Amino acid sequence: METAFAGLVAIFFAAAFYLMLSRHLIRIVLGVAILGNAVNLLIFTAGRVVRETAAIVPEGADMPPAGAANALPQALILTAIVISFSFLAFLLVLAYRAYQELGTDDTDGMRVAEPAEEPPPPMGY
Amino acid sequence: MRTLIFRTAAPYLTSLMLLFSVFVLLRGHNEPGGGFIGGLIAVAAFAIQGIAFGVPEARRAMRFHPMAISGFGLFLSAIAGMVSIVFRVPFLSGLWWSPSLFGVTVDLSTVMLFDIGVYLVVVGSLTSVALSLEEREEP
Amino acid sequence: MSTLVALLLPFAAAAIAPVATRLQGHRAAWLLAAAPAAIFLHFLSMLPAVAAGDTLNGGVDWVPSLDVRLSWMIDGLSLAFALLISGIGMLIVLYAGGYLKGHPHQGRFFAFILLFMGSMQGLVLSDSFLTLFVFWELTSVTSFLLIGFDHGREAARRAALQALVVTGIGGLALLAGLLIIWGATGKSDMSGLLASGEALRESPLYVSALLLVLGGAFTKSAQFPFHFWLPNAMEAPTPVSAYLHSATMVKAGVYLLMRLNPAMGGTPLWETLLPLFGAATLLCGALLALRQTDLKLMLAYTTVASLGLLVMLTGLGSDKAVEAAALYLVAHSLFKGALFMVAGSIDHEAGTRDIRGLAGLRSAMPVTFAAGLLAALSMCGLPLLVGFLAKEEIYAALGFADGWTAALTVAVLLGNAAMLVIALNVGLKPFVGALPRLPGQPHEAPLLLWLGPAVLAVAGLLAGVVSTPFHRWISSPLATAIAGEPIAIHISTIPHLGVPLLLSALTIGLGICAWLASGRLREGVASLLAAIGWGPDRGFDQAMRGLIRLSRIVTGVVQCGRLVVYMTVTFIVAAISVLGPMAASGEWPAWPALPDLYFYEWLVFLLAAVGALAVLLARSRLTAIVCLGIQGFAIALLFMLFGAPDLSFTQFMVETLSVVILALVMTRLRLLPTDRRPGPHKIVDGAIAVAAGVAFGLLLLKVTQVPFDGRLTDFFNAYSRTIAHGRNVVNVIIVDFRGLDTLGEIAVVMIAGLAILALIRIRGRRIVAARREA
Repeated sequence: METAFAGLVAIFFAAAFYLMLSRHLIRIVLGVAILGNAVNLLIFTAGRVVRETAAIVPEGADMPPAGAANALPQALILTAIVISFSFLAFLLVLAYRAYQELGTDDTDGMRVAEPAEEPPPPMGY
Repeated sequence: MRTLIFRTAAPYLTSLMLLFSVFVLLRGHNEPGGGFIGGLIAVAAFAIQGIAFGVPEARRAMRFHPMAISGFGLFLSAIAGMVSIVFRVPFLSGLWWSPSLFGVTVDLSTVMLFDIGVYLVVVGSLTSVALSLEEREEP
Repeated sequence: MSTLVALLLPFAAAAIAPVATRLQGHRAAWLLAAAPAAIFLHFLSMLPAVAAGDTLNGGVDWVPSLDVRLSWMIDGLSLAFALLISGIGMLIVLYAGGYLKGHPHQGRFFAFILLFMGSMQGLVLSDSFLTLFVFWELTSVTSFLLIGFDHGREAARRAALQALVVTGIGGLALLAGLLIIWGATGKSDMSGLLASGEALRESPLYVSALLLVLGGAFTKSAQFPFHFWLPNAMEAPTPVSAYLHSATMVKAGVYLLMRLNPAMGGTPLWETLLPLFGAATLLCGALLALRQTDLKLMLAYTTVASLGLLVMLTGLGSDKAVEAAALYLVAHSLFKGALFMVAGSIDHEAGTRDIRGLAGLRSAMPVTFAAGLLAALSMCGLPLLVGFLAKEEIYAALGFADGWTAALTVAVLLGNAAMLVIALNVGLKPFVGALPRLPGQPHEAPLLLWLGPAVLAVAGLLAGVVSTPFHRWISSPLATAIAGEPIAIHISTIPHLGVPLLLSALTIGLGICAWLASGRLREGVASLLAAIGWGPDRGFDQAMRGLIRLSRIVTGVVQCGRLVVYMTVTFIVAAISVLGPMAASGEWPAWPALPDLYFYEWLVFLLAAVGALAVLLARSRLTAIVCLGIQGFAIALLFMLFGAPDLSFTQFMVETLSVVILALVMTRLRLLPTDRRPGPHKIVDGAIAVAAGVAFGLLLLKVTQVPFDGRLTDFFNAYSRTIAHGRNVVNVIIVDFRGLDTLGEIAVVMIAGLAILALIRIRGRRIVAARREA
C-alpha cells in the first residue's frame, strides 16, 4: 500500500513544483494548494497505513485495538490541513491584491520591494 | 445563487449545520470529531448564510465581529491552560471535574474548554475570511 | 562593601545619572563622583593584603549549568588598575561636570562614562575568560558611544565606527585566542592559567593562541599598524580622551599582555614580537606627534608612543624592564590624564587648541598652568617626579649590551625626546610669552575643571618624592604580578651617576633642541608624510567602501528579487539533498512489490493523480478549480479508507471551503490559469519538478522500508484513555498531549485571518480615497 502512496506523493510534489515554477500567480496558488496535500500525504504514509481501523479506544477497553491506525501523524496533519487552508486563503488574497495594485500577475514584474535598478547604498558614515 | 429554493432552505440548513457542528465538537473527545472539524462545519454554515442572504445579513446574524469571536476563542484556550497554575501543575495540564446535578454526572474539563477555544478560533477566523471574500466591492 | 557591589556600583550610578542630571544640572557630578570614590576607598582597603603578596579571589555563579562564573582575581596588577580607574574616574566625572556644564545631553554623557567605568573595572578584575571577554567588548561598545557622543558631526561618527570596528575585530581575535588557550590547557580562568603556563608554552597551539591574543591586545592598545583609530578618537569630548584614550581603555591591551606575561611570556616569539611592534609604535607615534598643531592630537600621538613603550617593556621581560613598565604605567596615567584635562581647560577658556595661536595664559589661568607644568615635567622625566623614576628604570633596563638592545635604546631615546617636545608644547608653550588675541576671554577655569589635573599632577609629584611607600604599596606588587615572581622596586628620586642618568641628560638635551626647532621639525615631518601619501587611516575608508560594494554585489546575486529564481534554487537543492546522499551511499529503496489494493482503492488513487495532473493542463479557471477539488476530495476519500475519519471530515470541509473561496476570488481575478512559459522553459522546469517529486517519492519509499519505531504512538495509545480520559486518540493528542502546539497553531490561524482582513480593508480604503479624489 505504501508503494501506491509513495507514487501518488511523487506525482503530487512534481505537479505542485511544476505549477509553482510558472511565474504566474494563479498557478502558484494552485501549486501551493496541491503542495499542502502532498506534504500531508507524506507525513500520513511515513506513519504507516492500515485499512479502516481508526485510532479510537472501543467502549470498555483501555487501548485502541491492535492494528489500529497511527494516531500521531493524523494529529499533526489535522492541524496542518486547517493551517494550510488559512495560508492558502492568505496567499489568494495577497495575489488578488498584488494584481490589483501592480496590474500584473507575472512575479517577474513584481519588483517593488527589490527593484531591479537599486541605487547604490550611501558610502559615508 | 439567490434562488427561491436556496433562500428558503438556507436558514434551516444553517441552523442544522450549526447544531451539528456543536455536536461534532462535543463528541470529539471520544468519537471522530473535535474543535477543528466542528469549527469548519460552522464556517460552512455561515458561508451558506452569507451567500443566501448577503454578507450584511450574515454579519447581523452573528452579532459579533468574526475576529472578535476568534480572539475570544484564543483567550479561552489560553485560560484553559492557565487553570493549571492554581493546581500547581504544568501549563495546559488537563484537569477534570465531574459534578453530579440531579443524579446526572457531567464530565467537565479544561481540555473541553480548550477544544471550545479551538472551535471558536476556527469559526471566527475562517468565517471572517469567507465573508470578507464574499463581500462584493461597493457597486 | 563587597567587591561584587563595587563591580555593580558604576552601572547603578549610570542608571540614575540622567535623572540626577535633569534634577541637579551639572552639580550632579558631585553626587555621581561618590560612586567611584567609594570604589576607590574599597580597593584602597585591600592594599595591605595585596602588598603582603596575597591574591584575593571571589565570584558568584552566573550560569551554573554551563559552569560560567562571574569571578574576580585581585593581585597587584588588577588592584593598581582598579585604583587608577576609580581614582581617575572620580576626577573625570567631576571634570565632565564642569566641562559639559549646560550641555543638553550631559546626563547621557555621565551615564556613558560610568558605564565605561564599570566595564573597564570588570575587565581588569575578571578572572574567568568569559567575563573578561564580555567586559572587554563592553569597553569597546561604551567607547563607541563616547567617541560618537557628538553624533551630529560626521567626523565623530566615523571615528566612533572606526574605533568599534578595529577594537571589535581585535576582540573577536582575543575570543578565539582565549578559546584556544582554554582548549590547550583546560583552564578557563586566569588564576588557573597562571599556574599552568608551562603547559601552554609547550603546547603546539601556543603560536596561534599568542598571535590571536596579540591581535586583541594590539588593536585595543593602538599598536602599529592599528594605531590610527586612537588619534581619530579625539573627536570625543576631552574628558573621554583623558579617561579612555590615555589613562584606562587603551591600556587594556597592555593590561592583558602584563596579565599573560607569566603564562605566555619568556618565549623567543614573545620577546621578539612585542619589543618589535612596541618600538615601531613608539617611533611612529613620536614622529606623528611632532607633526600636529592641535593640543589633543599631539597628546594622542604621544599616547600611542607611550603604549608602544609599555608593550616593548612588557615584551623584554627582564626584572628591570618589568619594574620600568610598572612605574611607567602609573606615571603615564597620572601625567597624561592631567595634560589632557589641561588641554581641555585651555580649549574651554581660550576657545582654541591650536598651539600656534596659544601663549601667555599663565596670569589668566595660574592653577591650570601649575598643574600643566607639573604634569609636563613628569612627562619630560625630570627629577622629583614619578616620570623620572620610570625613565631611569627604562634606561636601566635597556643599555647597550648587544645590537638588539642598542637599537631599542636609540628608539626609546628618540621617542622620549619627542615626548619631551610635546610635553613642553602642552604644559609650557600656551602659558608663556605675551597674550595674543584669542577667540575666547581667558580666565581661570572653575574648580571642577582644575581639580582633576591638579590632583593628578600632585599625585605624580608625591609618588616621585615619597617613593618608598609608593613602591611598597603600589609599584612593587604591580611588578610582582607582571613578572609572576616577587620583585621589590627601590629606585628613588635622588639621581645616581651611571648610564641611565647619562641617557636621561641626553634625552633632555635632544628634546630641548627639538622643541626650539619644533616649527621646522613639524614642516619636515609634514612633507615626509605627504610624500608617503597613503596611511592605514585612508586604508580603513577604502576597506569600508569595498565592504559596502562587495555586499551590494553579493546581495544582487543572492537576492535577485525574482521569485522564480528563488523557487528554482529551492527545488533543485531539495532534489539534490534527497537524491545526493542516496546516490552517494547507494542506499536506494528496494524495488517495491506491486501494492495489493482493492479495485475501488485503485480508483481513488487514480482519481487523485488525474485530478492533480489535470490542474496543470486546465485551460479555464473553472476547470482548474474543479480539478483541484477532485484531487482534494480524493485525498479525503483516501483518509477515510485508511483509518483516519477525523482527517477525512476535515479534508472534506476544507476542500469545500477552498473551492468556494477560490471561485469567489477567481471570478474577480480575470486571469487565465494557462501556462504562458516558452517551450524550453517548460522542459527545464518540468525536469526540475519531476526530479524533486521523484526525490520525495523515493524518500518516502525508503522511510516505509525501514523498521517502524512506534514508541510515541504506543505511548499515546496507552495513556489516551487511562490518563487523558478520551477515547479518540487523535483528538486527545491535539487538545491534551500536544495542547501547546495546538495553541500555537490556532494563534497562526487567527493571525492569518487578521492579515487577510487587513489586506482587504486596505483595498477598501484606497478605493474610497481614489473615488473621493475623482
